[in-house]
Formats: sequence, C-alpha cells, structure tokens
Amino acid sequence: MTNMFTNTSLLRKSRAAAELRFRWFGRIAIGISLAFLFIMVGSIINKGKSVLISSDIAIIIDLGPNQVDPNNINQTGFDALIKRSLRATFPEITSRSDKKKLYGLLSADMGFELQKQIIANPNLLGISQKLWFTASDDVDLLLKGSVDLTTQEGDRRISNLEINWIAKLKKSGNTRSHFNKKFFMNGDSREPELAGILSALVGSILTLSVCFFVSFPIAILAAIYLEEFAPKNKISSFIEVNINNLAAVPSIVFGLLGLALLLNVFGLPRSTPLVGGLVLSLMTLPTIIIAARASLRSVSPSIREAALGMGASPIQATFHHVVPLALPGILTGTIVGMAQALGETAPLLMIGMVAFIADVPSSIIEPATALPVQIFLWADASERAFLEKTSAAIMVLLVFLILMNLLAILLRKKFEKRF
Amino acid sequence: MPNEAVTLSKPFNITTRNSSNIGEYAIKFIMVACSMVAIAVTVGIVFSLFFESISFFQRVSISEFLFGTKWSPQTALRADQVAAEGSFGAVPLITGTLLISFIAMCVATPLGLFSAIYLSEYASRRARNVIKPLLEILAGIPTVVYGFFAALTVAPMLRSTGENIGLNVSSESALAAGLVMGIMIIPLISSLSDDVINAVPQSLRDASLGLGSTNSETIRKVVLPAAIPGISGSLLLGASRAIGETMIVVMAAGLAANLTANPLEAVTTITAQIVALLTGDQEFDSAKTLSAFALGLLLFIVTLILNMISLKIVNKYREQYD
Repeated sequence: MTNMFTNTSLLRKSRAAAELRFRWFGRIAIGISLAFLFIMVGSIINKGKSVLISSDIAIIIDLGPNQVDPNNINQTGFDALIKRSLRATFPEITSRSDKKKLYGLLSADMGFELQKQIIANPNLLGISQKLWFTASDDVDLLLKGSVDLTTQEGDRRISNLEINWIAKLKKSGNTRSHFNKKFFMNGDSREPELAGILSALVGSILTLSVCFFVSFPIAILAAIYLEEFAPKNKISSFIEVNINNLAAVPSIVFGLLGLALLLNVFGLPRSTPLVGGLVLSLMTLPTIIIAARASLRSVSPSIREAALGMGASPIQATFHHVVPLALPGILTGTIVGMAQALGETAPLLMIGMVAFIADVPSSIIEPATALPVQIFLWADASERAFLEKTSAAIMVLLVFLILMNLLAILLRKKFEKRF
Repeated sequence: MPNEAVTLSKPFNITTRNSSNIGEYAIKFIMVACSMVAIAVTVGIVFSLFFESISFFQRVSISEFLFGTKWSPQTALRADQVAAEGSFGAVPLITGTLLISFIAMCVATPLGLFSAIYLSEYASRRARNVIKPLLEILAGIPTVVYGFFAALTVAPMLRSTGENIGLNVSSESALAAGLVMGIMIIPLISSLSDDVINAVPQSLRDASLGLGSTNSETIRKVVLPAAIPGISGSLLLGASRAIGETMIVVMAAGLAANLTANPLEAVTTITAQIVALLTGDQEFDSAKTLSAFALGLLLFIVTLILNMISLKIVNKYREQYD
C-alpha cells in the first residue's frame, strides 16, 4: 500500500496502460473473428469464380453423305466420327497412348453433343464443317489459366504434349470461352466439365417445401397455444423444457431418428426429399416455436384485452387480433429456421440423400440430393476441377442464404410494430 | 369496418355461439396436439436410439463399449472369420471428440468473450450495429462450408507451416478441425455472453466507476464476476455444439481412431464415426451399423446434460437482475 501513495504517477500510468490493453484485446478479438470470415468467403469466391466461364474446342467434322444416316441418327457412332476428325486435325500423332490423350481433350460427352447439334439442325448433314464441343475439365482449367505451368510435368494432370496441342488450337482460333450455362442447367455428373447444380438445387427446394409445410403450421399452433392458452402447470413447463432442449440437440441425432423411425419403422422411401424434409422440419420446429413465442409475447396485452372487452372469445381475440400483429415476427423466425435447414447436411447423410443423382427430381418421393450434400460430395471428389465446382456451389448456397436473410430483415423492418 | 361489426355481433347470436364453441374446442385440441409434437420428437429420439442400442449391447458389452481402447468396426467377410465382429471400444472416439472440442473452445472462448465485452462495454452504437450482424454471418454459414474451408485451406496451410518449422503435421490433423470449429462457435459465445453482460445492472457499474476504478477494472472486478454464471452457461452451450458438430470433423478430421492427445495427429470423433458407419450400404442387424446408434445415444445423453445445465444457468441469471 505504501507504493500506492509514494508512486501515484507510475500507478496511474500502469492503470491507464491496462485500460488501453484491455480495450485492444477486444478490438483484436473482433478483428480476428472478422478476418476469418473474410478469408473464408474470399478464398471460396477466389476458387469458385472461374466456374462461370467454360471452354469449347472447335474441330472440323466430316458429316459427308456416307458418314451419317439421317434416318438412323440414334444408331450412328458419333464418338468414332469425332475421334476420326480429331486424328485428321493432328495427323502427326501416331502412338496409341497419344491418341488416347488427344481424344481426352474433349468432354466424354462429345458424341452426345454432336448428336444433339445434328438433331437441332439437320442442315449440318452432308458437308464437312467446324463444330464446337465442350472441352474436358483439365483443358478447361488450362484455358482459364488455372494450371500452374511452372510445376514439373509429372505434378500436373495435363502433359506438355497436350499443352502444345491446345496452344496450336488456340492460335488457329479453335478455342473459345463463354458463360457456363451448363453449371446451372445440368445435374450432377462424373465428368467435372458437365457437372451442374440443378438437380441438387431442385432437391433442396423440394426438401425445404416439405419442411416448410410440415413445420410451419405445427410450430405456429404450438407457439400460440403455449403463449396464449396453456395453463401454467407441470405439463406446459415440461413441453417448454423439451422445446428448449430440442433446439440444442446435435443435428445428426435427428438424422438417426429419421433413419430408425421414418425409414425402418414407417418404411418411407430412402433418399427422398419427403424424408429429408420431415427430418429437417423436426429440427426447425423448436427454432420457429421459440421465435413465434417471442413475437406473440411482444404484442401489447391491451390489444388482447380490448378484443376480449368487446366480446370476442379468447380464440377470436388471438386469431383475429394478436396473431396478425405477431405475424411479421413469426415469418422472420420461420425464414431464419428455413435458412438453417437449407444449410444442414449431417441429417441428410443419415437418411441416404448422399447418393449420386444425375437427374433432376420431379417429385418428393424420388431419390434426390440437396445443395449442401452436393457440396460435400464434390469436396470429396479427386478431380481438381471439382474444387472450383465445390466453391461455386458454396457460392450459390450462400447467395440463397443471403437472400433469405435479407427477406427476413426486410420483413422485420417493414412490418415491425413496437408497443 | 364491416369485419369488426360481424365479430361484435357474433356473441349475441346464440346459435353461432354454440357452433363456434365446438369449433373453438376443435381448434384448441389441434393446438394442444401440435404442442405435444415437441414431446413426441424427444420420445421418438430416445426410443429409436435406445432400442437399437439395446440390440447392440446384446452383442457387445457396455463396459467394452465405454472403456475399450480399440475401435475398428469390421464387417465380416465370412461368418467364421477371426474377430468377425471387430472391436468397439469407444475411448479413442471420446478422447478425439474431447480433443477437438477443447481446441475449438480454446479458440472460441477468448475471441468470443473479448468480442462480447468490447461490443457491450466499449463499442459505439454505430460500431455495434455494424459488427454484430457481421459476427452473426459467421453463425449463419453452413457447417459444410466450414468443413470445406478446414479440409482444403486450413489443413494444407498447417501442414506446410509444420514442415517449415520441422513438425510433422498430419493432413487430417485435430488442430485444423478444432481451429475452424472454434471460429464457428465464436458468434454463439459472443452473443450469449453479450446478453448476460448487458443484463448486469448499470448501478453496479456506476458504483464501481464512482469509486474511481477505470473501465477495464470495473469490467474485470465487477461486471464479469456478476456475469460469470451466465458466461459459463454460454461456454457449456458452446462445448455442446462442438461435441455434436458433424460436418467439419467428417471433412477435416478423418477416420483414424488414434488414442492421442497430440493435436497435430489425426483423430476421429463420435459424429464422424456415425456418418462413416451409416453412409453407404448397410445391413441393419450387424453390430457395425448398430454401434452407430449406441454412439448416437452417448452423444445425445452428453449434449442433453450439458444443454440442461447451461440453459438452467443462463435463464436463472438472466432473470436475476431483471
């Protein structure tokens, strides 16, 4: 204590320094947290933005009269036709392995692409002409400049030979890049250059619709009952404890419930948006109930009392007067819950929505996958080109989440009433 | 205003009143049923986990499951194969889960707590209005995105840093998963702690400041001690989130059931094993599949206890100062 009186200026200085230090701890903590956010989002955008562009290669295809039978297009060997044309473009290639590499410049789907072009435009038949085909994933990455050419040849998936061919094609104007419509119009595929997110997106929309139509009515009615009508007894408080705990149960446990109960006991079809939506609705139920109750609680009691005083029954007072006022808050909570459900992956893995689905699902009882599960699947794939697909799919998912949250904020801003 | 008139006239019309009474009972009944769904879900979870776990424990004893140190669930290729059942000692999974959660809490506790303190005690209104929503974005990002970030950005970075300073970092290290999981939990801890700190009455602060203490001294010696129970509740809730988190560990922590406390090595967790056991083809009566439900039951019980304690603490101290 003696120090304190003999050395006040020193003490004051050290206290001021401690104050400043403490303040900076807070600033640094926030800085680090936000830096992580920006690094994460930035690295994903950086990796995924190249997906918006895809590359094509043109080759001269001989569609002479004796090559394709116009009456029998489905039986024509288009793959062989294209391979022949490729060989004609690079006559100097003779070895078997080099030829295989040459065919690999184009997407594995090339025969099908040619067939589609001919069906769309039968006038192509009869002459030999330049046609465009999707480039394979490695060539696509090369043309977009995503391949590091300074590395050893053995360390990259594309050899110097192929790089020379592409350089040659590029010089003669036989390569082009354009907006990648396929990424948004195709389903999943084993070939990265053809893989798209449409099937996963539709799967997510179907799953979320099931989730919404199941959880919204149940949650809103439960919230109204608990907030407006429930007597204060043991059962009500037990329900309340249950809801609060369910909100914090790990999501994977809901997946186990879906697997054991919905699939094995009730025998619902595996891997479908129906089961996925049901599992997610059980998960979002507590979130919506808690938000809806908070919103109902914020409605001034005077509204309720006025309605009751005018002779309305409790049900009428609630449904005609209290609920409409609380609705913006309830909807906001619902959208937040849905956004959570949209990003949820683990429970969907449990009920088998993790299969390879190339077709766009058309109903809720068809096998489907969802956007986050597609991200998980692609993140696991070995091809480097799937890395940019994964990042791009994440960007799409984030865009949807941002849109939903914006909608929630707008609703709150526009309709919020304070009592 | 015709609507109001109709509503008003109803109670005076005896016939409508009777019929609406029946309708009102029906509505009330439906509402009670909807509220019961919450109980039904809990009961469903408990029963489905319980029954599958019982048939698992008929094959593997509870003590082996809880105290065994070797985890290698095998599917038998032949019925008479040696060790056809595999071994189901969950200790490596439990320690792996705890290790990753511990790393996550080491990241999230200081960052989340100091963010909360700064936001509630120092930040101007404007700064608060910008920073708080930004932090909440972290909470809204799906965990599969964190997993991707951990596996493809953080893990390779740690590995190359480790190589540079002569450490052998596994490509699926517990550190990478734990670090990223910590970032994910920051907003949970900061927003709950923020609530708790805000609930400490201003009079306590004023008294301390009036006696001449600085802001930081007030926070450290008056506000934080008053908020400690609530803060510990929020930390428990964060720990429960970390233990139950699935996608980050599935993508970044791997499946090697190592019994180790070294954060640079690969470990596996309860949730990662559940996913590994249940994705792909499965026959429903094998010990391998059933073990996933036993793990699920363990996870459910642990997180339930943590949640119950923390919810109780948070609610109690939130109200105490109101």
